[in-house]
Amino acid sequence: MNFVVPDFYPAAAEIFVAVMALALMLVTTFARSAARSLAYYGAQATLIGAAFITIFTMQGEPVHTFSRLFVGDLLGSFLKLMIYFATAIALLYGRSYLGERRIDRPEYYLLALLMTLGMMVMATANHMLPMYIGLEMMSLSLYAMVAFDRESARSVEAAMKYFVLGALASGLLLYGMSMIYGATGSLELSAIAQSTYNQTANETVLMFGLVFLVAGICFKLGVVPFHMWVPDVYHGAPTAVTMMISSAPKIAAFAMAVRLLVWGLFDIAEQWQGMLMMVAVASIVLGNLAAIAQQNIKRMLAYSGISHMGFVLLGLLSGVVDGDQHFALNAYSSAMFYTVAYVIMSLASFGMLILLSRAGFEAENLEDFKGLNKRSPWFALMMLFVMFSMAGVPFFIGFFAKLAVLQAVVAAGYFWLAVLAVLMSVVGAFYYLRVVKLMYFDAPADETPLQAPGEVRLMLSVNGLAIAALGLAPQMLMSMCAYAFIGSL
Amino acid sequence: MTDIPLLSLAIWVPIIGGLAVLATGSDRNAPLARMLALFAACVGFAVTLPLYTGFDTSTSAMQFVELGAWVPRFNINYHLGVDGISVLFVLLNAFITILVVVAGWKVIENKVAQYMAAFLIMSGLMNGIFSALDGVLFYVFFEASLIPLYLIIGVWGGPNRVYAAIKFFLYTLLGSLLMLIALLYLFMQSGGSFSILDWHQVQLPIEPQILIFLAFLIAFGVKVPMWPVHTWLPDAHVEAPTGGSVVLAAIALKLGAYGFLRFSLPIVPDAAHELSGLMITLSLIAVIYIGFVALVQADMKKLVAYSSISHMGFVTLGFFVFNPLALEGALVQMISHGFVSGAMFLCIGVLYDRLHSREIADYGGVVHTMPKFAAFFMLFAMANSGLPGTSGFVGEFMVVLGSVKFNFWVGFAAAISIILGAAYSLWMYKRVVFGKVANDQVAKLEDLSAREFAFLAVLAFCVLAMGLYPFPFTEVMHASVDELLRHVAVSKL
Repeated sequence: MNFVVPDFYPAAAEIFVAVMALALMLVTTFARSAARSLAYYGAQATLIGAAFITIFTMQGEPVHTFSRLFVGDLLGSFLKLMIYFATAIALLYGRSYLGERRIDRPEYYLLALLMTLGMMVMATANHMLPMYIGLEMMSLSLYAMVAFDRESARSVEAAMKYFVLGALASGLLLYGMSMIYGATGSLELSAIAQSTYNQTANETVLMFGLVFLVAGICFKLGVVPFHMWVPDVYHGAPTAVTMMISSAPKIAAFAMAVRLLVWGLFDIAEQWQGMLMMVAVASIVLGNLAAIAQQNIKRMLAYSGISHMGFVLLGLLSGVVDGDQHFALNAYSSAMFYTVAYVIMSLASFGMLILLSRAGFEAENLEDFKGLNKRSPWFALMMLFVMFSMAGVPFFIGFFAKLAVLQAVVAAGYFWLAVLAVLMSVVGAFYYLRVVKLMYFDAPADETPLQAPGEVRLMLSVNGLAIAALGLAPQMLMSMCAYAFIGSL
Repeated sequence: MTDIPLLSLAIWVPIIGGLAVLATGSDRNAPLARMLALFAACVGFAVTLPLYTGFDTSTSAMQFVELGAWVPRFNINYHLGVDGISVLFVLLNAFITILVVVAGWKVIENKVAQYMAAFLIMSGLMNGIFSALDGVLFYVFFEASLIPLYLIIGVWGGPNRVYAAIKFFLYTLLGSLLMLIALLYLFMQSGGSFSILDWHQVQLPIEPQILIFLAFLIAFGVKVPMWPVHTWLPDAHVEAPTGGSVVLAAIALKLGAYGFLRFSLPIVPDAAHELSGLMITLSLIAVIYIGFVALVQADMKKLVAYSSISHMGFVTLGFFVFNPLALEGALVQMISHGFVSGAMFLCIGVLYDRLHSREIADYGGVVHTMPKFAAFFMLFAMANSGLPGTSGFVGEFMVVLGSVKFNFWVGFAAAISIILGAAYSLWMYKRVVFGKVANDQVAKLEDLSAREFAFLAVLAFCVLAMGLYPFPFTEVMHASVDELLRHVAVSKL
């Protein structure tokens, strides 16, 4: 058997991140006092470098390499860029927060890089094995990051819960993959697609595998009924880590869903769409209703995240109607737009919590937002943008995200689904409005001036304004989402 | 027509002015914020004047049209234009904004810049609603205008403001989100267009028409508000600061009625005919039942709020009897109600600023201490009850005549409410203004300041001018109203 040297070029970004992560690990071991800033700036530089490499190695036509384990396409490149972007912002927000709690060890940044690498592999996997490896790499890094504040019993408990449930979900996913392998005789997504297209696969086994696969994906997206971990982990993890979990990994989970379901199993779309529909409805209903009862804003955002992921699924399940596939592009790109929009909003919402926190004080209750308009009108306005955007009120990006997804749902003819989604949005608006009410209508309970450093303030301002700016001019991001799918489908 | 994008200016001048006011920051710069707000409001009004002077009354086509791509991905356009139905509302809105700024001049001392900015931004957004010709653009303005009003009620409102603000927001949001689904359905049916004018031509079977009509009915019915979804309005009015009440009554309520004319009637005419019985019934309930409810109110603001609902019932009644007289009457009534209800709330505001009470029972004999005020209040109360010679008469009379043409008993029922209107307005006036001086506080009241005198005088002039010579208002509407009715008469099945 002769060994063919694979084409490394499409995977240059992955290789770069892997090398940099290992190099930083070595360097920070020896750099004593400077290790923290070195790791931080090293991680940021790596993400920026990877972004440049991704842009320069981007190709219009999909290319396969590493024995077709890896696919380089526009979808993967776009998702990777969003992943770098979200991770870099989360690191920037989190640095001072971690520093104040004395948990800004260099390992944190290395784990973040490894997590990024895992997500990149997920975005570009053309085979179930690298998909699984990427997923585990991301998840294990996240488990460790959740437990990073090891003095805190709550964090450790959250990490434990996350780990046990996450391992279970990985098991489900692997089991599903093995079933699909049994049914189709391949782990490679394009071969699976071919086999389902030709209907050579054993249907019973394929369906069994599909159920487990969908369960695994839903766990990673954090949707009902696989959502139990979400509020506890969001609540228990240090806020900087919560922000991390709620941002880039959602993009990676979306990538996984698209790769496995759309790339691999498009021809049985109507089967998995039925499953996703139940999950989406349950998520939107339960997420919004449960969020109302929360006093802890991290838990509230966790439930709101569950409902937002339900909306993403609404987009994914509107792709194929009665065998008609021409809605697919519109529906999937809408779902992707929603995911990206959610990540931007989520970063800003947890950024607000970091802004309000200070050494020895965790802002995590709704009460902590009381009278923010008095303490800082500017940041109250930014939070107002975030909340109204999440509620889906124009002129903010959240509105266009909802519009895109609802449009796909209506085009697919699921009117009852659209009506249910908007009714639940009204319920959702209530708890977002409550935050605005606390900020604007109530007197402050805590008059301490905000102490967050300049970088957090600047980032938060940029983030808040971006939510408004993208709401005024959503075209570019929307067409990028559509373009990524056109180039890859 | 000019090349200057007048409608864009009408929308963005107040919004940018509002942002500039917001930038003045803390209350230390309050005088600057006030001056800047007044300046922006005046400029905002000035740029709408050419819309009237340059308006071509001979055509029903959209005028001052601006069209540019906004979100090509979904074929959403920045498409603006006004016809005879909408142009007057743009002017009315810009005009009321000046009054609101002046009315809040002294009274608001807390977060002045934010208060003024909220009103200016809302004014711009509302101009956007009246001039949008793209479904999504309309929706965006329609819903975005909730945010400033939510804050206005919640921040500067009365004791129960939080409840009122959230109720107001959720009620309206529910309606508008259902409308969004209808818009998306129309987008699909029209082959991928969000243009309202394209939708006017779309053929639809009766069942979808009825569903769309109901979706619009919920959205606009909440906003009008129609019985039985009117309950948010008295709460919102009572808790809102004076300026908020004025904008709510004078402009925000018109949005719902305007929506019926721009969406429900021309897009789903068959459903509108089919359900006209329902609409007329709901309108008559609003006119008569709510009129009785107004009669028993102890709180002046609540009384005027209920009278607004009753008057808006006239407006929806005028829309659904489908004849030009009633439709034009309804439009006149909308404009007139903008002046009259605005003036009523300003008058109550004048009293409230002095005594901090809106209870009718706390007043009495105000005429002895505030004769100038009493004169103005008298005029507006008369206009509210539809006295000939005031603007209130013209619209109500036209609607009643139109309804009689449609069906005598409908007209008869509508006419009853004119009596009711006189009863609740004048009875309130009597209890507040006439009689003996009720208590020491009333005895100490000071008459109108020059600022108050100015804005009430301007409104009094408008009310009288429109009552005595309504032609400049109706002239603008004729062509568009005729065209609308012709369009509605043609089945789309």
